[in-house]
Amino acid sequence: MNVIETAGLGKRYGKAWALRDCTVAVPEGSLAALVGPNGAGKSTLMNMAVGLTLPTAGTATVLGGQATGSPVALDDIAFMAQDAPLYRNLSVADMLHLTRNLNRRFDESAARQRLTDLGIPLKKKAGKLSGGQQAQVALTMALARRPRLLILDEPLSALDPLARQDFMATVMTAMADDGVSVLLSSHALAELERVADYLVVLGDGELRLAGPVDDLLAEHRVLTGPTATAGLLVGEFQTVQVRRAGAQAHLLVRDAGPDGTVPAGWEAHPVGLEELVLAYLRPGDGGTSAAAQNVPRTELTEVSK
Amino acid sequence: MSVLTLPAQPVRGAEPALRPVPWRRMIWVTWRQHRGMLIGVTAVLAAVSVFLLVMGLKAHHDYTSLLNCHPQDSAACAAIKRDFNNTDWPVSNTVAILIQLMPVLLGAFAGPAVLARELETGTFRYAWTQGIGRVRWTIAKLTMIGAALAILTGAVSQLYAWFFDPAREFEEMNVLAAGVFDTRGTDFAAWTLAAFAIGAFLGMLIRRIIPAMAATLGAYLGVQLLAWLVLREDYPVAIDTTNARLFSGPSTPSSPWILKTWTAGSTDWWRYIPVSRFWPMQFIESGWLLVLAIALGAATVWLVRHRAA
Amino acid sequence: MLWVTWRQHRGLLSCVLAGFAVAVAGMLYAGLKIHHDYAIAAACHPAGATSCLLLTDWFNTDWHLGNGIRVALLAAPLLLAMFAAPVVARELEGGTYRYAWTQGIGRVRWTVAKLTIIGSVVTIAALVLSQLYTWLFVPFLTTQDLTVLSPAVFDTRGAAYAAWTLTAFCLGAFLGTLIRRVLPAMAVSLCCFAALAAVTVLSLQRHYPVAAFWPRQLFESGWLLTLSAVLVAGTVRLVRRHAA
Repeated sequence: MNVIETAGLGKRYGKAWALRDCTVAVPEGSLAALVGPNGAGKSTLMNMAVGLTLPTAGTATVLGGQATGSPVALDDIAFMAQDAPLYRNLSVADMLHLTRNLNRRFDESAARQRLTDLGIPLKKKAGKLSGGQQAQVALTMALARRPRLLILDEPLSALDPLARQDFMATVMTAMADDGVSVLLSSHALAELERVADYLVVLGDGELRLAGPVDDLLAEHRVLTGPTATAGLLVGEFQTVQVRRAGAQAHLLVRDAGPDGTVPAGWEAHPVGLEELVLAYLRPGDGGTSAAAQNVPRTELTEVSK
Repeated sequence: MSVLTLPAQPVRGAEPALRPVPWRRMIWVTWRQHRGMLIGVTAVLAAVSVFLLVMGLKAHHDYTSLLNCHPQDSAACAAIKRDFNNTDWPVSNTVAILIQLMPVLLGAFAGPAVLARELETGTFRYAWTQGIGRVRWTIAKLTMIGAALAILTGAVSQLYAWFFDPAREFEEMNVLAAGVFDTRGTDFAAWTLAAFAIGAFLGMLIRRIIPAMAATLGAYLGVQLLAWLVLREDYPVAIDTTNARLFSGPSTPSSPWILKTWTAGSTDWWRYIPVSRFWPMQFIESGWLLVLAIALGAATVWLVRHRAA
Repeated sequence: MLWVTWRQHRGLLSCVLAGFAVAVAGMLYAGLKIHHDYAIAAACHPAGATSCLLLTDWFNTDWHLGNGIRVALLAAPLLLAMFAAPVVARELEGGTYRYAWTQGIGRVRWTVAKLTIIGSVVTIAALVLSQLYTWLFVPFLTTQDLTVLSPAVFDTRGAAYAAWTLTAFCLGAFLGTLIRRVLPAMAVSLCCFAALAAVTVLSLQRHYPVAAFWPRQLFESGWLLTLSAVLVAGTVRLVRRHAA
């Protein structure tokens, strides 16, 4: 089952499209990383997934075909918005009580325990907490709702490196123990490189790349060789990006993978996730975006893990 | 470093089908979030009520001595009359002017705070992704706060009507006069409810608190002027007549209230409301104000549903 | 600071200016009508005839108009007290003071400049409106049982109205700085100003040591201006000593 499935999803505000023609399928149980620069449309996509915004074009369903924003979706999806908005004048204990009242399912005692373990005073007003503490409170409340899908909008930006590690560890444990699926956006890809199962790359409101991380890494490689013959290869391979550095050229190509042929005088290397994302965000000369290349989409069927 | 976790949850599928989040949960939510406003409003109204009670007792006492004074044109009675004019009347008049502002101020402080504040601070991204859903959340809040305001102001207006009666009779003001009519019966509560509905709607439309407050003041003024200058003439309790003798005597509080006069051909017409029709007129005005409040509430919920973010 | 003040308080200033424009236009129209109707009614002879009585009746509806404008004039400072509170309070509540107060100009001059600019605008507007209303009101001094010393008439003319307006603004700004949260500050400011005005009109004015119009005007404007100065000083002190 796919926890998030969109087809040609788009959102327009006035004349400008914040997101256009976005088609993704995030399988259950995965950690999906949503990356892209500021203004790429990450928050727009997330807002539509949680039902805060209605799409202008295309469709989006969650948790195996449920309508976004429906009561089932609201029950089973916990959302942590950017900057972890909390009611500033309410104490942390009040926020927990509030969340308990607004949901059918909430493990208040576990949430209190976790916050106490983290050293966050329950009586303190939420507005007086540090940014990192606010993020922890928001995450605690989201997890205590026992969701099947956790959607986190740039949760790491307010956290110091130690807190980031803690945060991610908590998320990973929830995934392992409770089977929670996670969609997490960030523009710091290095953090997610090791843990992401599924990748969505947005740039300028467009979908640049989407698919399971393993498949994507297997499908791409970097060919390094003399600049002179680079032009010939661009036509021959499905080239994502060309980088010329003096006499040498690096081509990021998408083809059948490491078993593919390597032209004479060239070398092939596997590509790292960060390099892959950057390439799709900035195709450079000789390359084109995913949409124009008609890159095959991930199959929208049951994907077993 | 230890990994901080939550205990693993029991196997899914063992849970019974969940009922929707009950409405009564919103009682605590609404109270906790709007505690400050509700307490503040209650405190102010309580202080006002104490003032009305104390000054009302004085006014009634003074007016009774005025009425009981005989003979009416003696110097002693004239002195009592002058005293009333210099002490009780100014107080009553000042309160009368200030209380006209109460519905719109309550509406401006309470209305935008419900929705515009969530939008302005971004907390709607939390509140509207919780299990209860944003439509039920909005309906519960608007209904509870609106009802509370209507009940409180309804009570205060009864006290105010009693407080103002001596001054009203002293100045021979008709209960149907603008400013008097809207502060008694069910009208005051209805105007407050309408003001709150205007505030909540404009708060959701404009999405920022202070501009919404200012817009509420303006919109309410528009509705009130519409009622005073246009609508009241056409309430179906008015009577059209050519009988001039009804209006020939001096104007007393129980005289018919003239809405307008016009001439058709060579006959003069008067449109008036007899004082006996006070309550039907109250119900008509409270009625359309209630309908307006509900319509604005529905429009607000529609905006929440379709234009959340 | 002129541009900054305009940019930050565009809403307040444009409402003030728009209200001022509407009020001037309205009072010009109403005033001309009132003076015109009064002249006709007064010139009608004989005074007891039905036609002359009808004119007097028409003129009585002009009183509703004139009185309605008076109520609006009296309500304006009340609303100003309310909307002056966010001038400082919004920066404190929203945290943007951390930007504003670390600019080169410094927090005190920033605050004083803003208060002076907005305070001057509202005071001058109030002065103009009160003079206009004084002209409008002239016929009513004859037809209604009112004099220039009557409460709530006295405060709409001379220098008193401008002084009240300035005090309302200073009170709002002070309470906004003290309370630091926008909605409570607006509510408290409204109630305090209403209380001050009510107590003055109902009680204080009886105890003024002078009886004639202009001496009373000077006395009232004097203590109101002193109060305004104290409030501004208090605001500056709070700003200076504010610890984040």
